[in-house]
Amino acid sequence: MALAGSILPSVKPKLSAQHINMVYTRDGASVPVLSDVNLDVANGEFLCIVGPSGCGKSTLLSMIGGFLAPTGGEIRIDGQVVSGPDPRRIFVFQERGVFPWLTVEGNIEFGLFRLSREERRRRVAHYINMVGLIGFERAYPAELSGGMKQRLEVARALAVNPDMLLLDEPFGALDSITRLTMRSELLRIWEKERNTIIFVTHDIDEAVQMADRVAVMSGRPARIQETVVIDIPHPRDISSARYLELRNGILEQLGLAHQI
Amino acid sequence: MKAQTMHTLERFALPLLAMVLMLALWEYSIRWTGTKVFPSPMAVEHGLGELLRKGLLWAYIADSLRRVALGFGAAVLAGIPAGLALGWYPAVNQVVNPALQMLRPISPIAWIPVAILLFGVGDATAVFLIFLSAFFPIVVGGVSGVANVPAIFRRAGRNFGLSGPQLLARVVFPAALPQLITGLRLALGIAWVVVVAAEMIAVDSGLGYLIIDARNSGKRYDLVVAAMLIIGLIGLAMDVCFRRLQAIPSVRWGFRSES
Repeated sequence: MALAGSILPSVKPKLSAQHINMVYTRDGASVPVLSDVNLDVANGEFLCIVGPSGCGKSTLLSMIGGFLAPTGGEIRIDGQVVSGPDPRRIFVFQERGVFPWLTVEGNIEFGLFRLSREERRRRVAHYINMVGLIGFERAYPAELSGGMKQRLEVARALAVNPDMLLLDEPFGALDSITRLTMRSELLRIWEKERNTIIFVTHDIDEAVQMADRVAVMSGRPARIQETVVIDIPHPRDISSARYLELRNGILEQLGLAHQI
Repeated sequence: MKAQTMHTLERFALPLLAMVLMLALWEYSIRWTGTKVFPSPMAVEHGLGELLRKGLLWAYIADSLRRVALGFGAAVLAGIPAGLALGWYPAVNQVVNPALQMLRPISPIAWIPVAILLFGVGDATAVFLIFLSAFFPIVVGGVSGVANVPAIFRRAGRNFGLSGPQLLARVVFPAALPQLITGLRLALGIAWVVVVAAEMIAVDSGLGYLIIDARNSGKRYDLVVAAMLIIGLIGLAMDVCFRRLQAIPSVRWGFRSES
């Protein structure tokens, strides 16, 4: 429950993205997607990236995951240049990423193939418990609700003990009530595990409720317009003056009036 | 309880009724036309009894099944790796695909002269024809199965540090399995159709041979129709087995629309 301010990027950031550029070539024309994105993330920090849809948030996250190489600049994690996917940073998609041919247990165990049988069993039991899927060990994803599948995917990611979780609009496909519960679940888990989390969303409330810092991206070609420190301790009162002030500040950053 | 009764009725009683009606229609048509050539259901039943007494029926069924097992088995052994490989290496598929697509629509029956040239008249020819007929649907099922594996699954696999072969075994294969099974089901259906044709020409045993032999030696249409019904029943049984296979939990997700 540390204050966000206390875990701001320190001398040695966990992740450092320097002058990231991305240009897609489509039908012979080049489309700039990201232009000179700079970002530092501290170890154990919860960072949200918000921005208009299609601005390149997911592209940036894919690069951090090592699935896509930037056309310019470099991303370093723990000082090493990211050159490909790595089990130390797990990408979590919307719940479509769970393997439908494996049970809940099988999914969580998926990344643990290098461990002993004993350790595998221990971790599977631990994370099934943590994400509240006890009783569903042998169920297949088709038998689970959207929220349960999302929790399963988070459990599968956490089971390999990654330093970093990269979440790409993970709750976007869930109904609004499930989404709210999932947010507090994720915060509860993060407070226990303290992985570095980079969370892409287009939901500003979601970002302000969860993050230590919010990086606000501009429209295309996107850059990071501003990073906002959310200096409210958890659990956050989402009707407090400070909350509304920060949220409105981000809305204004995105050029959105906060009146409908 | 009432829904249960309705379910049993729809599932078993009504299809049975449809069969009885068809038999009745058959019997009635025989009487109405007064045909002396086409057999009545009763005559077919007698024919079946005769075949059973002579011990021919089981021997012929076993022969046909053996040929299908050999030809289909070989097609599975060659077709699944070929399909997976072509799906896995799209560049190779691009080279091979046009030739494959040209060979595919050629009816296995058209291969009979070539098969006889290669293998002579005998078992090998029949097995080869069945192999050919089953091979292409299996390869196509494998290729499209692999090609349709969502990128998100491959990405997740790579993220957890899987090597190429591990990715193939633990992500691509299980993800492609439902389509692979669909290809196998299709292939077995075709193989069962082709064995009858092959046996009419290349060998002197089996259900296909029974049909052509019964017709040629004394126009025994009761035996012809009996063999036809047996072929239908076995084909149905094989398809039911595949349906069972599709209900296995680790592949059931791929057949949502059918269940």
